[in-house]
Amino acid sequence: MNLGRRDFLQLMGIAGAASFFSPGAAQSAWGADADPYEIPDYGNVTLLHMTDSHAQLLPVWWREPDTNIGVGPALNQTPHLCGKWMLDYYGVATPASNEYAYSCLDYDTLAHKYGKIGGYAHIVSLVKRYRAQRGDKVLMLDGGDSWQGSATSLWTKGADMVGAQNLLGVDDFVGHWEFTYGQDQVEHLVKTELKANFLAQNIFSNTWQELVFKPYHIHEVSGRKIAVIGQAFPFTPIANPRHFMPDWGFGIHTEHMQKMVTECREQHHVDLVVVLSHNGADVDKKMSSLVNGIDIILGGHTHDIMGPKPFMVNKTLIINTSTNGKILARFDLDVGKGKLNGWRFHYLPVFSNLIKEDAEMSAYIQKVRAPYKDKLAQPLAITESLLYRRDNFNGTFDQLICNALCEEMDCEVSFSPGFRWGYCKLPGETITMEDVMGQTAITYPQVTVNTYTGEEIKNIMEQVADNIFNPNPYYQQGGDMIRVGNIQYDFDPDEKIYHRCSNMRVGGKSISATKKYKVAGWASMKPVEGKPIWEVFAHWLQSKKQVRVDKLDLPALNKDMANNHGIAFPKSYDL
Amino acid sequence: MNKTIHRRQFLGTTLATGAVAAAAGIGLIKPRLAFADNVPGWPAKAFDAKVLKDAMSNTIGKTQVAVSSKVKLTAPSIAENGGAVPVTIEIDSPMTADDYIATVYLFVDHNPTPLTSQFTFTPACGQAYIQERIKMAKTDNVRVVAKTNKGEFMASAPREVKVTIGGCGG
Repeated sequence: MNLGRRDFLQLMGIAGAASFFSPGAAQSAWGADADPYEIPDYGNVTLLHMTDSHAQLLPVWWREPDTNIGVGPALNQTPHLCGKWMLDYYGVATPASNEYAYSCLDYDTLAHKYGKIGGYAHIVSLVKRYRAQRGDKVLMLDGGDSWQGSATSLWTKGADMVGAQNLLGVDDFVGHWEFTYGQDQVEHLVKTELKANFLAQNIFSNTWQELVFKPYHIHEVSGRKIAVIGQAFPFTPIANPRHFMPDWGFGIHTEHMQKMVTECREQHHVDLVVVLSHNGADVDKKMSSLVNGIDIILGGHTHDIMGPKPFMVNKTLIINTSTNGKILARFDLDVGKGKLNGWRFHYLPVFSNLIKEDAEMSAYIQKVRAPYKDKLAQPLAITESLLYRRDNFNGTFDQLICNALCEEMDCEVSFSPGFRWGYCKLPGETITMEDVMGQTAITYPQVTVNTYTGEEIKNIMEQVADNIFNPNPYYQQGGDMIRVGNIQYDFDPDEKIYHRCSNMRVGGKSISATKKYKVAGWASMKPVEGKPIWEVFAHWLQSKKQVRVDKLDLPALNKDMANNHGIAFPKSYDL
Repeated sequence: MNKTIHRRQFLGTTLATGAVAAAAGIGLIKPRLAFADNVPGWPAKAFDAKVLKDAMSNTIGKTQVAVSSKVKLTAPSIAENGGAVPVTIEIDSPMTADDYIATVYLFVDHNPTPLTSQFTFTPACGQAYIQERIKMAKTDNVRVVAKTNKGEFMASAPREVKVTIGGCGG
């Protein structure tokens, strides 16, 4: 695909609109000939932030969700905004091409026009450029979930990504899916391979309640002391199998966070406190309302567009930096003695067609992929539909997985986890083994068949729903609703646990509380035997040759959701 | 703990059921039924109560206690393992001979035994601080009541700990 000059200028518009200055300063206006990634110098410290790349070394398609419902205090608040609501909130509705960066609107049309996003060779080009511009004023921070999500990361147990992080020059790093490689592998990579500091103020040994990792690192930049406090995903042993990290306890640990902030400020006399967080956007907002003294939270986990303008809680600036390498966030800061005097923020979509690949990273990526090249490229089927995962309820990719599970395992019902990673495929593209791994590459991939009563099915769905739609962010885990195959239901996100799902049917027939149903699923919390999901899914795809999604098993939402700004296409939910 | 509590002292002042704290692990505290009625100082009736109201009546003689910011209860919002939920209790008290926390009660509203643990302190403890692990079968409220040497009661705000099947993490 080639970008014409007109397209290029439109894209500059996107990047230009994405830059906001601190209050009082005028918004940046790019000149007609300007380079969209050219940023004027400001201040004495630059923070670069990326997060949740999910091990995508190469550029991918990434569609923003059409459904990301906010309940309680998050109702219609960023980042629970989809489609036009997101564009309106940030005031970036025009030009029309902005849709591509921040919304799900006209996705496949715009994808053909603007190309894939991310890619480590592209990201590192930008990072090197900013390091050249800003010299030693730059810190590069990685918000976690960088070691998981691709075939090669799974097959090298995260090592391919550590190599990429080292070339990228990551200074500090926090974790979530990293822990699913097991305690020993994490400790091995962190101690012997990774050059970055691996930080966590909220991981304690289960035996003695002692910190497992360094809680923070203090950097000297431009003669100022910058504390970066690490916050791992607080619910790792709940959202992912605990047997991978049996000796480590997690949690949000708000009080300990306050203690760390106070320690940095009072004992170490730092000038700026940054939290590199894998809490998720809503938890970050709540935590910042309870902890004093954090200047900036660089957030991840929930994969949200939360730029292009930072969200403020009290005096804390909070962002969330998307996923799959789509966004590089840049804070230029004027850090004075003991305080932040001013800031400028730039939320930069990484359009791979606009950035020249870095040769060194490119060669590295080719090298790590070489041993697996044939396996990765194996064609399985052609898709007629746009395939995506990210949404509150079934995405099209998961619908295919659910359909495959029902057919391959001979079950009337199937479940698939509400993961938020997993990139897109455009209509007409060939689904390869690499793409299947891009939706399934986890360390607990076994497919299981269980017999559940209707009551047990409802209980599972209610428990998961409460992990997403509990109005208190501290009770949210940050995934999406469990994906269902052949279950139809009504759903009210505003209800309490055990009351959200109703009118449940299997194959159109009312579900019976006592009847037993054969249910296929994968990603069990306990160690189990079974074929890996990628094998089952690949086999199904090969047998179909051509796939499409005509019907999504989406719930019918209650009527007052019609105006929820977290829903871009209310008609999908009978609204 | 900032001040040292000797092992003997600690074990001597801890009564617990459902707590998988160090004391139980060492095996010094026998299962409840084994010594329900015949050990001096064991509040058998309180630990036998099956509902919160009874457990509170039997221990502190009332079912409502005013919440005080002096009673600090730390528990996870979501339990990683319902079989061992870490709970930390800290009560702001001078712990002098005239003014100290005498007893601390920990309740879980719907546990089979709502009075989960009871601790006795003396001024020599130096600090009213407890860290233990308790069992919880389902999402429930955890609450602490503290009694001073003068017989005054104060409570923590109830803290909801969610026990969930988990999975599906982003």
